[in-house]
Amino acid sequence: MNHELHLDNIRISKDGRELIAIDQTVAAGEVLSVMGPSGAGKSTLLNYIIGTLPSDFKATGAVLLNGADLCALPSNQRQVGILFQDDLLFPHMSVGQNLAFGLSADIRGADRPARIDQALTEIGLEGFADRDPETLSGGQKARVALMRMLLSEPRVLLLDEAFSRLDTERRDQIRTLVFDTARARQLPVIMVTHDQADADAAGGPVFYLTD
Amino acid sequence: MRRGISIRWLPLLTVLAMLGPVVAGLLGTIAPAFGYLPAANMTERTVAPFVDLFRWGGFPHAVMLSVTTGFLATSLSLLITVLIIAGWHGTRAFNLIRRLLSPLLSVPHAASAFGIAFLITPSGWVARAFSPWLTGWERPPDVLIVQDHWGLAMVVGLVAKEVPFLLLMSLAALGQVNAKSSATIAAALGYGRVTGWLKTVFPRVYAQIRLPVYVVLAYSMSTVDVAIVLGPNTPPTLSVQIVKWMSDPDLAMRLEAAAAALVQLLLVIGALIWWRGGEIVVGILGAKWVMRGTRSFGDNALRVVGLGAGVLVCTGVLLGLVSLGVWSVAGLWSYPDVLPDSLSARSWSRHWGNIFDTGITTLLIAVCATFIAVLLTLGCLEAEYRFDFTMSERGVFLLYLPLMVPQTAFLPGLQTLMLSAGLKSGFVPVVLAHLVFVLPYVFLSLSDPFRAWDVRFGTIAAALGRSANGVFWRVRLPMLLAPVLTAVAVGFAASVGQYLPTLLVGGGRLSTLTTEAVALAAGGDRRAIGVYGLAQTVAAILPFAAALLLPQIIWRNRRGLSDA
Repeated sequence: MNHELHLDNIRISKDGRELIAIDQTVAAGEVLSVMGPSGAGKSTLLNYIIGTLPSDFKATGAVLLNGADLCALPSNQRQVGILFQDDLLFPHMSVGQNLAFGLSADIRGADRPARIDQALTEIGLEGFADRDPETLSGGQKARVALMRMLLSEPRVLLLDEAFSRLDTERRDQIRTLVFDTARARQLPVIMVTHDQADADAAGGPVFYLTD
Repeated sequence: MRRGISIRWLPLLTVLAMLGPVVAGLLGTIAPAFGYLPAANMTERTVAPFVDLFRWGGFPHAVMLSVTTGFLATSLSLLITVLIIAGWHGTRAFNLIRRLLSPLLSVPHAASAFGIAFLITPSGWVARAFSPWLTGWERPPDVLIVQDHWGLAMVVGLVAKEVPFLLLMSLAALGQVNAKSSATIAAALGYGRVTGWLKTVFPRVYAQIRLPVYVVLAYSMSTVDVAIVLGPNTPPTLSVQIVKWMSDPDLAMRLEAAAAALVQLLLVIGALIWWRGGEIVVGILGAKWVMRGTRSFGDNALRVVGLGAGVLVCTGVLLGLVSLGVWSVAGLWSYPDVLPDSLSARSWSRHWGNIFDTGITTLLIAVCATFIAVLLTLGCLEAEYRFDFTMSERGVFLLYLPLMVPQTAFLPGLQTLMLSAGLKSGFVPVVLAHLVFVLPYVFLSLSDPFRAWDVRFGTIAAALGRSANGVFWRVRLPMLLAPVLTAVAVGFAASVGQYLPTLLVGGGRLSTLTTEAVALAAGGDRRAIGVYGLAQTVAAILPFAAALLLPQIIWRNRRGLSDA
């Protein structure tokens, strides 16, 4: 199914000062890069889309996915996946448990471990299910975090400076993996970044936020 | 949260649980202080209770003791705390002291007071260590060291317990004020370690630990258990006298007790105002000192004094506990031998039955009070997170309030109120009374780590389809296992150490290890005191050991959690 995301005339302000005004459509498989100096409210936009905007912000406008407003749903029913600059793998769970946490509960019984093993193979980490996430390298953690999110079958993908902590070599690798996956699954992507190279690699439209 | 009770109301419930008994107790003190006590068929409104109180021969001395011990113990505790941190923060000696803090803090006041008494009495370990080769004493000299007229031994006992408390609170504050870079800059500008710290870091740290300092002042002015063990008894301190009057079979004495409770409250309020005034004066003097640009102020001497005091506090409490232990297994022990002639398990076997019974009671009260406190605290913090509540400065003040109102000011009123209302004293009221003191400590211990949790974990889990409850139970709580267990241990220790709430609200019908230990103070049976003091300490410290150990075991294969 192809998802089209429409940020319908979204305006976010704090203490009477408008931080963000955006009206933009993101097609399935397309990456919208949102750029701007730090403090310009890039992450605030993502907070709004995912439903975790702090109450001292005021926001209007709709987040339309295939015409339906996501804002009517609580965070956990929006099916909006997000990746941060830190992998944020749950430290109390094994790699396999982290993936199982993301995997839809509709997949039951013996299918679950099979699906997790398959997911690990897809990201080149075959047999890592019982590992402590803390023992993985930075690039490996990033791949697990991506896979954990994909297993929850998101309809939209948000990237919050997702590549900024990785070293140059890994950054290209993970970036290509994320963008290819989004394209293959036809997910609309919104990427917040301060790195022009990220936007260039994404190849999609760029939206600049100003102070 | 669509089903069941909303956690939105938990903060309100928590404030009620914490302050309800305090307010009720204070109100319950006012009526009898003015002669109104229907339970004893006294309904006349009169100031006679106050007149009786002022006529009591011990009154002036009792009032003076409350003020002097309060100010002396608080100033000394603060001074030692500041010198230790200013002179030694970041050094190996400091890290050693830091590691001893939690266990030192959890030692009940009564046990540490007994331990110190065993060290410093003329027949105590210190005197024995120097006798007879240095002092020439073949028998204990006849000087009154413990229970001295001026309450100095009591001050020593208080300082030993309050320095660890203030140190711990200061350490939490240090993290928030970027102390290290300030110290580096001060050193680069040529300031000595202590002077630089006092000028750049102390004002900000003090702003953070002001309320804990007030707690120390209020506690030192009105402690009962430490005063019974180390304080003078002819006449005793005001708070001890209140408890004596409260336990008098003649109900009419409760009027005088209520009047004295109000006086105790006013004394503490007055002292807090005085202290606040002192803060302002010190602030002005400090600002002048900063302007003068003095680079050092006997820094090396101050460092030595700080370290010496810190070592004295640590070894005082620890050696005291050891001496409790030695007395508990001592057979014949003649003066001035440093160790007993023989060891025996007789004291333990003699008291074992009662230790077991009172130990179970202690445990049940502590488990219930701690369980409720941890539940309410987690509920409050989770509500704060979900509904974007923020805790105002006033909220923090409310948290410290039950610790700043003297126990002797509101617990007698609470007991009188229960008596008037025909409520039975017993287990449930005692648990609720303990909750008043357990809740603040549990909240203070848990709130920082709970709030420091990276909320992006919650965002991720929600994005993966988990409900708010799912995030809480499956992600946040497991990740916060260690701080939650520490809070449990803190609450447990606070409950085990409570003396007055158990005594007054329990109506004398509930015996815990602490009430039994304090009751032994008058008798002077050192072996029995050793047994109960040690049992009390073990009951308070074991949960800390468990809180340290359990996360290591449960998360042994999770480096991200077990290294912390």
